[in-house]
Amino acid sequence: MEKKTKIDAENGKQDLTITRVFDLPVELLFKAYIEPEIVEQWMGTKVLKLENKKHGGWQFETKDPHGNVVFKANGTIHEFIPGQKITRTFEMDNAPFDVQLEFLEFEKLTDDTSKLNMHVVYRTAELRDQMLKLPFAYGINMAHNRLQEVLNKLK
Amino acid sequence: MNLRRDVFQAIADPTRRAILLLVATQAMTAGVIASNFDTARPTVSKHLQILTECELLKQEQNGREIYYHINAEKMKDVADFIEPFRAMWEERFNKLEDIMKNYKGK
Repeated sequence: MEKKTKIDAENGKQDLTITRVFDLPVELLFKAYIEPEIVEQWMGTKVLKLENKKHGGWQFETKDPHGNVVFKANGTIHEFIPGQKITRTFEMDNAPFDVQLEFLEFEKLTDDTSKLNMHVVYRTAELRDQMLKLPFAYGINMAHNRLQEVLNKLK
Repeated sequence: MNLRRDVFQAIADPTRRAILLLVATQAMTAGVIASNFDTARPTVSKHLQILTECELLKQEQNGREIYYHINAEKMKDVADFIEPFRAMWEERFNKLEDIMKNYKGK
């Protein structure tokens, strides 16, 4: 099967790009990023705040079945061009990773297809590699109860 | 032996990923690792064995105890670790696409 999602991460660089082609009109793709109820579904986290505007803020939080917070992230939106571009910061609470800068560009390919280009800049190359090497630490298990239990016990 | 595939198989399991994350914070004994899971101790031992065999974990004797460490050597090649990172995004984007296809149908 063809891999729809591509990651470009050059050795020694402190950034990477994630690209994906969707069988969706660009309007719907963009909507999936700005409607809190939809973001919650595909990101697997609760959206506490999502202000889709310049200088707006966002906040995500995931709790385990016992109500303990196991994942919390926040950031600021620096640029918001409907249907085209979102520039924002991303920072995980209580994690040893510095804030990262994300440029999300939404591109219309045809009436029914679109492309997302996500450029992520980390503070250092080491930090980027750390994020790449620990995908299980970076959200992959946000919705995974087992890990949530583990994290809770670490607190 | 295809070590690369072994590594991916090893981290494909959610419990093993949780073990790696746990041990990444500090080296610990099998007993301490197992105490973090509801899973039966022999099951955790089996996971530890798999992670050790594909060299993601290293054992180190410290007095009478054996401590498990993350094997940094094994994890240093970024290229090897792009795939799980990619898979994570692929999974999210597939979900997004499914949701919005249904949304469109509404």
